[in-house]
Amino acid sequence: MTDATTAASVPEKHRNQWADVWDQFKTHRGAVMGAIFFVAVCCLVIFGPMLWHLDPNFIDIRSKNQGPSFAHPMGTDQLGRDTFASVLQGGRVSLLVGVTAMLLALVLGTLVGVLAGYFKRLDGFLMRITDLFLALPLLPLLLVIIMLFRDTLRAAFGPETGIFLLIVFVIGITSWMQTARIVRGDVLALKEQEFVLAARSIGTPSRRMIGRHILPNVLSPIMVSATLGIANAIITESALSFLGLGFPSDFPTWGRLLYDSTNFMTLNPERVIWPGLAISLTVLSVNYIGDGLRDALDPRIRGR
Amino acid sequence: MLDATPRKLVEVRDLKMHFPIYAGILRKRVGEVKAVDGVSFDIFAGETLGLVGESGCGKSTCGRAILRLYDITDGSVKIDGAEIGDTPQGGLRKMRPTMQMVFQDPQASLNPRMTVEAIIGEPLMEHTDLSRDKRRDRVHELMDAVGLNRTFSNRYPHEFSGGQRQRIGIARALALNPKFIVCDEPIAALDVSIQAQVVNLLEDLQEKFDLTYLFISHDLSMVRHIADRVAVMYLGKVVELSPREALYAEPLHPYTKALLSAVPEPDPDMTTEDRVILQGDVPSPSNPPQGCNFCTRCPAVMDICHREDPEFREVQPGRFVACHHYNQTAGDTAASEDNKSIQQGETT
Repeated sequence: MTDATTAASVPEKHRNQWADVWDQFKTHRGAVMGAIFFVAVCCLVIFGPMLWHLDPNFIDIRSKNQGPSFAHPMGTDQLGRDTFASVLQGGRVSLLVGVTAMLLALVLGTLVGVLAGYFKRLDGFLMRITDLFLALPLLPLLLVIIMLFRDTLRAAFGPETGIFLLIVFVIGITSWMQTARIVRGDVLALKEQEFVLAARSIGTPSRRMIGRHILPNVLSPIMVSATLGIANAIITESALSFLGLGFPSDFPTWGRLLYDSTNFMTLNPERVIWPGLAISLTVLSVNYIGDGLRDALDPRIRGR
Repeated sequence: MLDATPRKLVEVRDLKMHFPIYAGILRKRVGEVKAVDGVSFDIFAGETLGLVGESGCGKSTCGRAILRLYDITDGSVKIDGAEIGDTPQGGLRKMRPTMQMVFQDPQASLNPRMTVEAIIGEPLMEHTDLSRDKRRDRVHELMDAVGLNRTFSNRYPHEFSGGQRQRIGIARALALNPKFIVCDEPIAALDVSIQAQVVNLLEDLQEKFDLTYLFISHDLSMVRHIADRVAVMYLGKVVELSPREALYAEPLHPYTKALLSAVPEPDPDMTTEDRVILQGDVPSPSNPPQGCNFCTRCPAVMDICHREDPEFREVQPGRFVACHHYNQTAGDTAASEDNKSIQQGETT
C-alpha cells in the first residue's frame, strides 16, 4: 500500500482546509437552512427599517389593537404603534446584544477554562473565581451593577449606547462560567493525550501548544455553548427590560415587545406570538448552525 | 555495530523519577510512587539499547524522563555532552532537535485535527525558519523516507491504518535530524505483521541516518531482534544490562532468568519444564521492599537480600548486574546451583 509509491505520483492538490469545512457544512441540511434563515433575519433587521418606513414609535391611537392587515402586517399595539416596525427595530438590538454578549462570555469562559485546565498553578484560583460567580445571586448583582453604572455610562456614551454596553457587559460576565467549566474539563483530559506530550517533546512552547493542539480540540463544547449563549443572552436581555433595567421603554427589543404584550395576551394573542416567534426561530437557527459547524470542523466526521 | 572506541551519546546517572501521592482532605503529601528509582546506563552512538520489563516497572517513565518530558526528581542525564537533567524547560527547547520520541499509541500521539503535513511539519515550524514551500518539500522527503505515499500529505490521521500512523509518528521524530530517538513501545499497539514492517523501517532508518535508539518494549523477541544491548528493569531499577547475545544465552539476574523463561516457545515439542514461575505480585512502587527490590519474589533469595540493596556493578566485561549472588564470587556457583533446584521445585 504505502510502500508502492509510484514514481509519477503527483501530490494531491493542496486543499484549503476552509473549503473542506464549507463542503461539509453544506451537507448538513439543517445547518444550511438555519444559516439561510439567520442571514435572512439579519438582513431583514438591518435593512428592513430602511424599507418599511413606519416609525416604531409613531403613535396612531385611532388604529390601536388591530389585527394583521396590509397596512400593519403584524397588527398594532395598544397605542396604535406598528408591530412589524417594532419587531424589525427590536431585532437589531436583540441580535446585537445576543451576539456580542455571547462573544464576550465565550472569550472569557474559554480563556478561564483553558488557563485553568492547562496551567495547574492557576487552576485552583480560577476555578474558585468561577464558583464565586456561580454562587452569586445574579439578579441583585445585576441591579447593583446597573444602578451604579447606568448614569455614568449614559453620560459618557449616550442613553442607548451606554445601556447597550452595560447590558452586554452584564450578560457577558454573568454567563461565562458554564463554558469555563466545560472547557476546563476538556482541556484537562486533552492535556494527558499523547499528542500533547509529543508536541512537548518537539519543544512547542505553551502558547502555541494551546493554539495548535488544545483549542482546536475543545471547539465542539465551545460551539455548543456559543449557540446556547446567544439564546440565553437574548432572553436575559428581555428579563432585564422587563424589570425596567434594560433599554428605555420607547426603545423596542424583542424581549421588551414580548413583555409589553403579555398584559394583552388574552385580547391580542398574536402580539405575543410575533416577537416570541422571532426569538425562538432565531435561536433555533443559531443552534442548527452551531451543530453544522461543529461537525464541519471535526475532520473525523468530515467526509462521511 | 559497536566501534572499537564507542562514543557515549547518552549518559544516565542515578536517574530518579518520583511522583508524589496526595491524599486526604488537605491533600497532604503522603508518599511517592518511585517509578524510576536510581537508574544508570550509557547508550553508545549508533547502537540500540533495548529496555525491557513487565508492565508498570517504569520503562516508559524512564524513557520520558530521559527526554525531560517530566521534571526529574534527581540524577543527571547527559545527551551528546549536554547536561539536560537540571536545565529548565525553556532552555531545553534548543536541545530538543537532538532527541526525539516515537510514541506507543499511534492514534493518540497524532492530533486528530491536523493534517499529516502539519503534523510532520510541526517540528520544522518550531525549530527552523524554512519557507512554506521548503517545508512542504522536506515533509514530502520524510514521507518518502518512512514509506508513506506523499499524495497523502493532506489527509487526517484517522484516515490511516495503525502502521501508517506509526510511520507518520516516525517521520515527525525524524524531521529535525535527531541523533537520539526514544522509541516508547512503538510496536505494542500494532498488529504482528505490521510490527515487523515498522521494526524493519526503524532499522533501515538507523542505518541511513545514523540514529541511536532507546527501544522500550515488553516484547522480548522483538528486542532480541533489534537491540544491541538490553537493559532489564524491575520495579524502577535496572537489574541487568548486557549485550544481547550474552543476555539471551546466559541471563545472570534471577529476574532476567524468569523473564526469559516466560517467552512463549513456538515449537510444541520443546520442553517448557524448566520455566521459572514467579510467585506473588510486584510490590507497590510507592512502598518498595527493603533491601533488593526483587527479594519478595526471588527464587534464590538470601538473607542479605532483605537487608541490603545490591549494587549495580560490572560482573563480567560489559555485563552489569544488581544482585548479591554476584557480589560474592565464592558463593556464585553455589547460588546458581541453588537457584536451579528451586526452579525445578516450582514448576507445575
